[in-house]
Amino acid sequence: MALALPRRGLAQIAALIVILLIDRMVSPQFFDLRLQDGRLFGSLIDVLNRGAPVALLALGMVLVIATRGIDLSVGAVMAISGAIAASLADSHAWPVAVAAALGAGLLCGLWNGFLVAILGIQPIVATLILMVAGRGIAQLITEGRIVTFTSPDIIWFGTGSLLGMPAPVVIVVGMLIVTGLVVRGSALGLLIEAAGGNARASELSGVGIRTMVVSVYVWCSLCAALAGIIAAADIMGADANNAGLWLELDAILAVVIGGTSLFGGRFSLVLAVCGALIIQAMNTGILLSGYPPEFNLVVKAAVVLVVLLLQSPRLSDLVANYRKARA
Amino acid sequence: MRRPSPVMITALVFVAGFVICSLQFPNFASTRVVANLLTDNAFLGVVAIGMTFVIISGGIDLSVGSVIGFSTVFVALTTEKLGLPPLLAFAILLVLCAAFGAAMGAVIHVFDMPPFIVTLAGMFLARGISFLMSTESTPITAPLYSAVSDFGIALPGGGRLTAIALIMLAVVAFGSILLHFTRFGTNVYAMGGNRTATALMGVEIGSMTVRIYMLSSVLAGLAGIVFSFYTAAGYSLSAVGVELDTIAAVVIGGTLLSGGQGTAIGTFIGVLIQGLIQTYINFDGTLSSWWTKIATGVLLFAFIALQQGMVRLAGRSRAIRAGGVT
Repeated sequence: MALALPRRGLAQIAALIVILLIDRMVSPQFFDLRLQDGRLFGSLIDVLNRGAPVALLALGMVLVIATRGIDLSVGAVMAISGAIAASLADSHAWPVAVAAALGAGLLCGLWNGFLVAILGIQPIVATLILMVAGRGIAQLITEGRIVTFTSPDIIWFGTGSLLGMPAPVVIVVGMLIVTGLVVRGSALGLLIEAAGGNARASELSGVGIRTMVVSVYVWCSLCAALAGIIAAADIMGADANNAGLWLELDAILAVVIGGTSLFGGRFSLVLAVCGALIIQAMNTGILLSGYPPEFNLVVKAAVVLVVLLLQSPRLSDLVANYRKARA
Repeated sequence: MRRPSPVMITALVFVAGFVICSLQFPNFASTRVVANLLTDNAFLGVVAIGMTFVIISGGIDLSVGSVIGFSTVFVALTTEKLGLPPLLAFAILLVLCAAFGAAMGAVIHVFDMPPFIVTLAGMFLARGISFLMSTESTPITAPLYSAVSDFGIALPGGGRLTAIALIMLAVVAFGSILLHFTRFGTNVYAMGGNRTATALMGVEIGSMTVRIYMLSSVLAGLAGIVFSFYTAAGYSLSAVGVELDTIAAVVIGGTLLSGGQGTAIGTFIGVLIQGLIQTYINFDGTLSSWWTKIATGVLLFAFIALQQGMVRLAGRSRAIRAGGVT
C-alpha cells in the first residue's frame, strides 16, 4: 500500500497542497506554528483539529462506500453519542460515559447493518430511517435541552492535547492506524473491495458477505460515535439538534474526493482522511480570506461537481473519442 | 406494474390514525382540523408530488429543500427590494428552477453519475446561493400576499380551505393525471422498472431524465412560493431538511424506493399521515415535538419492511441481496 499510495493519491495530495498554499497567500501567518503550554498552535494545526470529526466519519464511511453502501445516519449517531456522553459525564466516571456513548454507536451500527445485510434493504433507505429517527432519539435523551457538563476527562477529548498535538488529531491518527492495520494488515480490505465490486460473485466464492457488511456498518457507527464525543467535548455540551448536522454529507464528500467510487470497490483510508482535510482547508481558507462563510456551500458544490466529472467514466470516454477524432 | 395495494395500506393507516385521534380527542373529527392539516402541509404536498416522479423513475432529488429556501428568498428580495410585481417574480423563479432541474438532469444523464451525489451538489449550490442573497428573514408585504392569506372557502363546521391548500390539491390532481394517464407518466414507470429495456424500446432516456428533474425542481419552486405565502417571509434557512420529510412521505405513500412502483395519491396520503402525527402531538400537549421524528422513523421502517416483504414475495429477492444497491 505504501508503494501504491503516491501514484493513486497524487491528485488529492497535490490539491491539498495547492489549497494550503492559497490559504498561505490569503493569510501570511498560515504556516506559523508555536509551542504553548506543551501544545502546538497555528492555523495548520487548526485545520487538522477542526477537520478531525469529518475525518473520523470519513474513515468509517469509506469502508461502507467500498461495499457499495452508504451511511446517511452518521450525523444522527453523532448527536446520540454526544447526548449520552454529555448526560453521563458529570454523574459517572469518564470510562462509563465514553463506553455508553460508544455502545450506543455499536447498537446503531448493528441496526443499520441488520437492515442492509440481513433484510436486504437499499443502504440509502435503510440508513435514512436512523437519520430521521436518530435526532429524535438524541432529543429524547437530552429532553430537548442543551446538556452541558464540566467533567475535565470528557472535555479532554475535544480540547486536550497529547505529545503536543490536540487530542482530536491524536484520536484520528490512532483510529487511522487501527483501521489500517485491521483492513490492510489482513485480507479484509481485499474482501471488502471484492464485495463492493460484485457482491454475488464474492458470495459465491465463499466470502461471508453478511457478517462483513454488518461489521463495516458497526465500524462506521463507532467512528461516528467517537466523533460525537469529540464534538460534544469541544463545546462542553450536547446539542441534539445541531450536533453533526449535515456532517454525513461532508463525510461522503471527503470519501468521494479521496477517490473512492460511490459504486464501491477500491478504497483508500488515507486519501479519505486527506479528503476531509481538503474540505477543512477550504473552509478555513474562506474564513481567513474574509469572505462570508456562506461562500462555503457554493464552493463545496463546485468541488463536488468537478471531482465527480473527473471520476465519471463517461467523461474519459468522451475525451478519448475526441482525441481519436482529431488524430 | 400499477398495483394499488400499498396505497390501500397507506390509506388504512391514515384512517385508523384519524379514528384513534378522534376517539381520544372529542374535537378532533372536524373540518377545521382537516383543513388545517391541508394548509400546514401544503408546501410538503407540492414538493412530494415532484419527488414521487423522481423516485418512481429510479432517481432521488436531495436538492428540493434548498430550492424551497432559495425560492422564498428570491421572491422576498425581488418583490421587496426590486419592487417587481409578485406574479412576475413567480414566473422568473419558476423558469430559474426549471433551468436548475434541467441542468441537474443533464449532468446525471450525460456523465452517467448517481443522482444522489449530483442533487447533493445541487442542494449545496441552491442553499449557498440563497445564503449569498440574504441571511436575514425578509418579510413580504406585497398586497397579493394579504389577499391570498385572506382567501378561504368556508367549510361547514368552521373549517377554512385556504388558497395554498387548494394549490396543493390542484398539484396532486395534476400529478395524478400526468403520472397515470399520459405517455410521460408511463415512461417514468418504465424507466424505474428497467432502464435498459426502456431505452431499447425507443424512449429517449436523456430527455426523460432532464424533464423529470425539471418537474421536481419546478414543483419545489412552487412549494417555495406556497411556503412564502404560508410564512409571508423569505428566509434562506427555511425548509432545511424538508428533502427527508419529502422522501419519507413518498415512501410511506407506498412508492418503491428502487423505482417502478408508486402513485401520486399515495404520496398525498403519506404527507397527510406525517401531518396527522404532528397534529396528534399538538393536541396531546404533553408529548414533545421530537416524538414526531421518532414516529416518522418507525413508520418509515414499517413501510420499507412491508415493501421488502412484497418484493420478496414477488420473487425478486435474489437481485438485491447482500448489501447491493440496485
